[in-house]
Amino acid sequence: MRSAESYVAQPWGDGAYAKPRCVGRILNPAKEVTVESTFRFRHFTTRVDEVERPMSQWSETEQYGWGRFPRVTSLTARAEAMPDLRNALDDRDGEPVIAFGNGRSYGDAALIRNGRSILMRRLNRLLHFEYRTGWLKCEAGVTLRELIDIFVPRGFFPPVVPGTQLVTVGGAIANDIHGKNHHVDGTFADHVRRIEILTASGEIVECGPDVERELFWATVGGLGLTGLILTVEFKLLPIASPLIEMESIRVENLDEFFHVNEQSSDFTHTVSWIDSVTTGAALGRGIFMRGRHASADAELEPGPLTKVMTAVSPLLKVPFDAPNWAMNSLSMRLFNFAYFRKHPRGAKKSLTHYEPFFFPLDAIKDWNRIYGPRGMLQYQLVVPNEPNHSVIRAVLAEVTRAGMASFLTVIKEFGEHVHQGLSFPRPGITLALDFPNHGEPLFDLLTRLDDMVSDAGGRVYLGKDARLSRDHFTRMYPNWDEWKSIRDTWDPHAVFQSELSRRLGLSGEQG
Amino acid sequence: MTALVLGATSKIALEIAHRYAELGHTIVLAARNTADAERSASDIRIRHDAQCHVVQFDALDFASHPALIESVEKMAGPIEIGVVAFGDMGNEGPPFDNFEAGRRVIGINFTGAASLCELMATRMAARKRGLIIGLSSVAGDRGRQSNYIYGSAKGAFTLFLQGLRNRLFHEGVHVMCVRLGFVNTRMTYGMKTAIPIAEPDVVSRIVVRRGLSKANDIYVPGFWRFIMLMIRSIPEFLFKRLKL
Repeated sequence: MRSAESYVAQPWGDGAYAKPRCVGRILNPAKEVTVESTFRFRHFTTRVDEVERPMSQWSETEQYGWGRFPRVTSLTARAEAMPDLRNALDDRDGEPVIAFGNGRSYGDAALIRNGRSILMRRLNRLLHFEYRTGWLKCEAGVTLRELIDIFVPRGFFPPVVPGTQLVTVGGAIANDIHGKNHHVDGTFADHVRRIEILTASGEIVECGPDVERELFWATVGGLGLTGLILTVEFKLLPIASPLIEMESIRVENLDEFFHVNEQSSDFTHTVSWIDSVTTGAALGRGIFMRGRHASADAELEPGPLTKVMTAVSPLLKVPFDAPNWAMNSLSMRLFNFAYFRKHPRGAKKSLTHYEPFFFPLDAIKDWNRIYGPRGMLQYQLVVPNEPNHSVIRAVLAEVTRAGMASFLTVIKEFGEHVHQGLSFPRPGITLALDFPNHGEPLFDLLTRLDDMVSDAGGRVYLGKDARLSRDHFTRMYPNWDEWKSIRDTWDPHAVFQSELSRRLGLSGEQG
Repeated sequence: MTALVLGATSKIALEIAHRYAELGHTIVLAARNTADAERSASDIRIRHDAQCHVVQFDALDFASHPALIESVEKMAGPIEIGVVAFGDMGNEGPPFDNFEAGRRVIGINFTGAASLCELMATRMAARKRGLIIGLSSVAGDRGRQSNYIYGSAKGAFTLFLQGLRNRLFHEGVHVMCVRLGFVNTRMTYGMKTAIPIAEPDVVSRIVVRRGLSKANDIYVPGFWRFIMLMIRSIPEFLFKRLKL
């Protein structure tokens, strides 16, 4: 590998935001013009692009989230360069728009009926990287997977990763994603120092924790409703090895889970998979996983199963929609039982590669198709800690009582990091359930769970939501009106809307 | 080894630049919109740990082309690989009475491309080494009513590359013509067709690979060879009646 000096490594200076310097020479640099804002009475620096701008091509496309429910048809345009975004805002025929990243939100946060969807995935360039510290500036369409592929060999890892690496950086901000290390490192936004947003007025605004902080904290977790996120500056975490030192412990029930959880505070990453289809004393049995990035001298011995799995993994794509009956209560019971029993009793220490530790489901391409054409719903909640964890128990009991099995149930304790606005994580226990879309009975169950969660002072994760009612939302996020008034200052004409924003009354509720 | 990519704001050209950067070449991106090209240059530098320069160029400003090639070679060294990847379909269709648009399409797709190829050819011939890759189009294989100005400009470019290949063979320089079919770019976004649309990164890998093996004249994706064979074999008395 060539020396790090050969690429752009200019320190950015203290606080001042410096433009990247190129290795070569630009013979005719693009012009910069200062434009006076119309309604904020501030000056912003905007780039004027010198190329004649073609009209956007809008194409009618069916879109859906990762849960494949709901599905909406809208006019979509794909942005290939920055001028395309302004074009799209200009020629949208007065219809509202929302950005679409890599489609890993489960529900309808990135979908819009009677509106326009802008695909951001091709705006995926890396603009500046400071190898000494790990600060990276990139366009919002880069996926965490691309970053991992490029930077792990150089000794860096994204500071916070969710359960899949196939999310865009823009989506990471818009949902304020969290990961197995929330109790130590907080959410993605805790590692961000700047965002550039294209707001409804057409101006590009730079914001961060120290500049335009109101807009910044409204955009964090703001589900794309404050504007189009263009670029993000955030800090990658230096790592010594791509391997993870982990321990996995079989826990026989929920009590044991909480017990092990309390003893795991010196691990940076913790999460548990629990079997939520059994009842009674065995409720909450599962596997508790805890780990940390390994040190530089760690070496992995591939076991025979790993070698087989590596050879077979390209074939592990689910190529068609499995019929609706494939994911039924019985098959799930069997899966959970087998998965739980496979793990030996007690604790098992091992060294594992980051990919199966962080992203086990990414190994199966399009795993969401196994739920069939009706799709699935994910329900992730967080409730404050209480001595007996009665709410969590009640939720699991209610799910079982309703006869709906959650295929993969994940439970974790969040840390103390809290953000204002619509950011989801709060201190307490978070539980993520996923269900095949059973229709009405499932929606009724989830509404009952909404009651239980909001009564306990908890909330539901909007990045996974497809059906939360406005009433429950206002109870779960009591500061929603503060957030909305900030949003409305930046977007008074509801240019940015989505199915979710309309449903929850955040933007475009009349339309 | 320096690779000059002309038309660097096109996705296909950018992907080709990335492939050459992976192989360790120094890249020079030439584009009209240097702001955008500069972002792409940063991307190439960071992803591949490669050197990448940006120059501004205008395909229609023929008088500036010699100075452009001169400055590129001064900045980045002798050009080993020249990729002519710019093009403009224009908006063909009624009204046809104003030829300005047509002139622009011919100027960009043929005259400008030919001008730059000639300049690179002379320099490469003097050094007795080099590769020129011209991205042409299957639209240049036969003139049809929906696209004939663009098609004829591309067809002329294909013929030009053929002649250049013949001339430069004796100087040890290779010229490859790539006839592109449908590629998933801004031009084809939203197009509903039964014919498979290729991804730019796949196209770039094919182009780079075939360039290394010194292919002469390729269709990308390959099945277009057979489609165009059929199109070309339709007798004219029938073809003129069609509305392709």
